Amino acid sequence: MSALLTDDPPPAAAAATAALAGRSPAALAWSRFRRDRTGVASGIVVALFFVVGLGAPVISRLYGKNPYTTYGQNQPGLLDAFGYPVGPMGGMSSHFWLGIEPGLGRDVFTQLIYGIRTSLLISLAVVLIVTVIGTLVGITAGYAGRWIDYSASRLIDLILCFPATLFFVAFIPVAQSAFVSPTQPVPTWMRATTVVLVLSAFGWASTARLLRGQVLSLREREFIQSAQVIGVPAHRIILRELLPNLWTPILISVSLAVPSYVTTEAALSFLGAGMVEPTPDWGRMIQRGAEVYNADFSYMLFPGLAMLVFVLAFNLLGDAVRDALDPKSSR
Amino acid sequence: MLRFLIRRTAGAALILLVISAITYVLFFALPSDPALLACGKQCTPQLLATIRHTMGIDAPLWVQYWHFLGGIFAGREYGAVHCAAPCLGYSFVNEQPVLQTLLNRFPATLSLALGAAVLVLTFGVGLGMIAALRRGRPVDKASMGIALIGASVQIYFFGIVVRYIFVDQLAWLPLPGYTSPGSSLTGWAGGMLLPWITLAVVNVATYARFTRSSMLEALDEEYVRAVRAKGLSPWGVYIKHAWRGAMTPVITMFGIDLGLFLGGAVITETTFNIPGIGKLAVDSVANSDLPMLMGTVLVASTAMVVANIAVDACYALIDPRVRAS
Repeated sequence: MSALLTDDPPPAAAAATAALAGRSPAALAWSRFRRDRTGVASGIVVALFFVVGLGAPVISRLYGKNPYTTYGQNQPGLLDAFGYPVGPMGGMSSHFWLGIEPGLGRDVFTQLIYGIRTSLLISLAVVLIVTVIGTLVGITAGYAGRWIDYSASRLIDLILCFPATLFFVAFIPVAQSAFVSPTQPVPTWMRATTVVLVLSAFGWASTARLLRGQVLSLREREFIQSAQVIGVPAHRIILRELLPNLWTPILISVSLAVPSYVTTEAALSFLGAGMVEPTPDWGRMIQRGAEVYNADFSYMLFPGLAMLVFVLAFNLLGDAVRDALDPKSSR
Repeated sequence: MLRFLIRRTAGAALILLVISAITYVLFFALPSDPALLACGKQCTPQLLATIRHTMGIDAPLWVQYWHFLGGIFAGREYGAVHCAAPCLGYSFVNEQPVLQTLLNRFPATLSLALGAAVLVLTFGVGLGMIAALRRGRPVDKASMGIALIGASVQIYFFGIVVRYIFVDQLAWLPLPGYTSPGSSLTGWAGGMLLPWITLAVVNVATYARFTRSSMLEALDEEYVRAVRAKGLSPWGVYIKHAWRGAMTPVITMFGIDLGLFLGGAVITETTFNIPGIGKLAVDSVANSDLPMLMGTVLVASTAMVVANIAVDACYALIDPRVRAS
């Protein structure tokens, strides 16, 4: 009887559980994920993008070109009289694997792999900030309740009422002028920082709303209430009792956020409010590609396809992660 | 219902007031000086001061915002120019009141939004329903596969690829662009066809996936089992009972999306060069036209807020439980 009341199982029972290999929820989720073939395949594709993006400088050194040099203008014979690449598919050759850019004549392949880097670094920074702030606000609002919850919820409502894309397009250039005088050129790192900050400032609200809802329902569960009754301090309840139960929704929101910020960043660059020349960026490449698509279709095809494959793989991976973490969910 | 609408409208007015204040402060507190840009190359301090005064940006920020609010209700003067009663500011780049430009641009945005919304609802909900009713069958897998690709493709990429293939190469579709439906109805529909399809395809995917999961959930509900047990025909169960329950979350999403479209589908409008609110915003960024930007943000947030109220009103119509409370 006393064995039922204590946490430690009797020696015999302990041996039995060891034989059954007590598996943590994470291990269970991992074994479910490994059985999901689509999930594993898309996971590999996503990992490949990360490796290529982060290893872009190494790859471009081995490949022997960089995304900035205007090869087509320096070397005669690569661009025709109108500035369009000579040869099939935008001037594809053994020297320029994916051809060269019309007009400036830069190498497409290196621009593409450096573009992954730009998109991934910016979106990962945003996701990190958004998740941390969203989690903090969501847990605080949900757990503290009363006026803290009320004011946080109204703030979240307000932020979600802002028309996101339009506001980003309008506000990012204005925000940049806060750091740099309008007559000076804006340095690249400053542009990236502004994009990250503006996206984060409006992005945390949806994560916070999701987690607040989760905390509200968890707060009423017996294990939290008994911890409160025996006098466990609030920070311990939050860290030891609440947070372990929140990893699943946090992970799910991250899996949805990464592709969504990759596309948002690219869309901003496409609209001219994100990264600009000469920073390699998918959105910026497609913007240029959209100007010349009729004469040189491949210049917009490669970045467009690369982004499609990345987002598709990441969405499939997200589905697999959701299924693995929540076996009840039906697809 | 009337009390509900009045209460929500008051709430919406408050939200819009706060949004306008925040936007105003964000746009005009920062040191990007529109007067300096308007002043040009031969700028003297006196000229700059005069321009600042004409633009009304020489006062403290809260006074400026007060004048801005006053302009909405009573109109205001910019130097020699008068801006009549609902004055949302004056664009010194276009030399026109902001409201006038917004009104000129709105029909294009409205056309795009309504056409795309019809397509999204018809095909998104239809595809989702079929997938849910044929769960696990090839139809379900095929439509969910298409939905996944649609959800991952980008408007500006899809739009230009389709344009390249079907307009420039095959010439099956007319050139995209906006003509007023008043001047030529066929020209309007033809020009908007590709933008409608593009904006719809990207969103149909989300609706199909969402409708499917919502419908599957509804089919599991007890009330659906009850009407089945009662002996209602399968289609009677789907259409009369399960569908109604499944549509509530879809309508929420639709309301928000319609609000977003009406505020200017920025990317679609830019891709196809449609002179709507979203394109106006992008152009105003390029021209550093702050009053105009402020106007587009206000239109877009008004659309969002109004759409939210409309969604809640629809809830009451569809869901008897909401009506009772």
